[in-house]
Amino acid sequence: MSATPIASIPVPEVPTGHTSPGRLEAVLRSGAFAITAEVAPPDSADPNDVYKRASVFDGYVDAINATDGSGANCHMSSVAVSALLARVGYSPVMQISCRDKNRIAIQGDILGGAALGVCNMLCLTGDGVQAGDHPQSKPVFDLDCMSLLTIARALRDELHFQSGRKITSAPRIFLGAAENPSGLPYEWRARRLAKKVDAGAQFIQTQYCYDMPLLRSFMKEVEALGYANRVYILAGVGPLRSAKTAEWMRTNVPGIHIPDALIARMAGSKDQLAEGKQICVELIQEMREIAGIHGVHVMAYRQEEAVAEIIDRSGVLKGRKPWQPGAAQNEGEHRTQS
Amino acid sequence: MYSVRLWSVRHARGLNAFYRGFEAFLVRLHPLFKAIGYDRLERPVAAVERSVKGLLFDCQMCGQCALSSTGMSCPMNCPKTLRNGPCGGVRANGMCEVKPEMRCVWLEGFRGAERMPGGVPAMQVVQFAVDQRLKGKSSWLKVVREKTGDK
Repeated sequence: MSATPIASIPVPEVPTGHTSPGRLEAVLRSGAFAITAEVAPPDSADPNDVYKRASVFDGYVDAINATDGSGANCHMSSVAVSALLARVGYSPVMQISCRDKNRIAIQGDILGGAALGVCNMLCLTGDGVQAGDHPQSKPVFDLDCMSLLTIARALRDELHFQSGRKITSAPRIFLGAAENPSGLPYEWRARRLAKKVDAGAQFIQTQYCYDMPLLRSFMKEVEALGYANRVYILAGVGPLRSAKTAEWMRTNVPGIHIPDALIARMAGSKDQLAEGKQICVELIQEMREIAGIHGVHVMAYRQEEAVAEIIDRSGVLKGRKPWQPGAAQNEGEHRTQS
Repeated sequence: MYSVRLWSVRHARGLNAFYRGFEAFLVRLHPLFKAIGYDRLERPVAAVERSVKGLLFDCQMCGQCALSSTGMSCPMNCPKTLRNGPCGGVRANGMCEVKPEMRCVWLEGFRGAERMPGGVPAMQVVQFAVDQRLKGKSSWLKVVREKTGDK
């Protein structure tokens, strides 16, 4: 009697000097200007909804962030979205928020996500529950992003849970964190980034940056602290839909700062949607020139289909073609390395 | 009380100096504490600590006080109980994202830290997540036992 063979998944190799077998880490380490984008997880149980939403980025982004109940709203989980994306070869960034899960659940997700082929994880504190569609729920916050980074790094580098109990196989992950250069208190934001790097962050994806002088002074401060070469920083951008939405965002979404001049420019334009994209293109081009910025993170909420055009027009890829499904690339070896 | 809490941050330097002396005093009492028994002392000392720090800092009795590293602004008053600095959601007027009527605990903390000797570098040390088992227990006694190697 021959037993049915047990399925076995090939485990990709980690290049020397890398901590993950992933493409995002490889692109950043190669010195290329990296592009990441954010996919809105569907309010559905259909995997094809995920693929449909991801496909609009094909050929233009190096990694796709799967948000974890962003804005404290309920959606498909980031572990599931990331795993679905990884399964077909995309390079997901699995966002982990501390709002909904305690350290037992989170550590399980880190191991589980890595086992499912997720190579990048972004450690976030998370929005308060009051911001979302379930304000009646219990905010957990057993950890904060700093403790989460510490724990994730220990799982990877020291092979143990926070309890000290050993694990037998390390999650091979590239660890990220967020920072808000336009958040108060400005003078402490770079120090906060430094603290996150000390805790284990290897890359940073920032909140939306619409104020270039503020971003420049933040980057100068990061450099002055000696952290410019110790972390990959991807600046956050996104096209504004209209002057009205911009005004609404800066009033109602905590942590978003949009200068008056930008809103006035939007308001004065005949085609605000197009102007929003044009501003986004210009911002990306400006960011490209700031020392210490290694890429951009495009958060085009409800305008995801515009990302490809924006990236294309910005010219920052300089002819480079990020991986896309079905691409017969030289990175055949990357096929299973999300 | 909120107004007292803000006062405490304004007087972070003095309070920190006082605490240093107080802590040294407590450490000297270790033989006495040991004779009485730490377990027996736990409840009365925790009660005193709760009332004093409750008044001054709106202390939440997490049992692992970090005030010296947080500019004398109790991080457990942050709705996200963040112990390592502010989230990205601080409002433009310096108020909390979750509680718009409260100033960000960490904006206060930075002001306190700038007043305290060594306060700014202390902010850069990663404070690990709280041990939920210590909630409600005396942080003072914990410090004495740690400093005297009594565990």
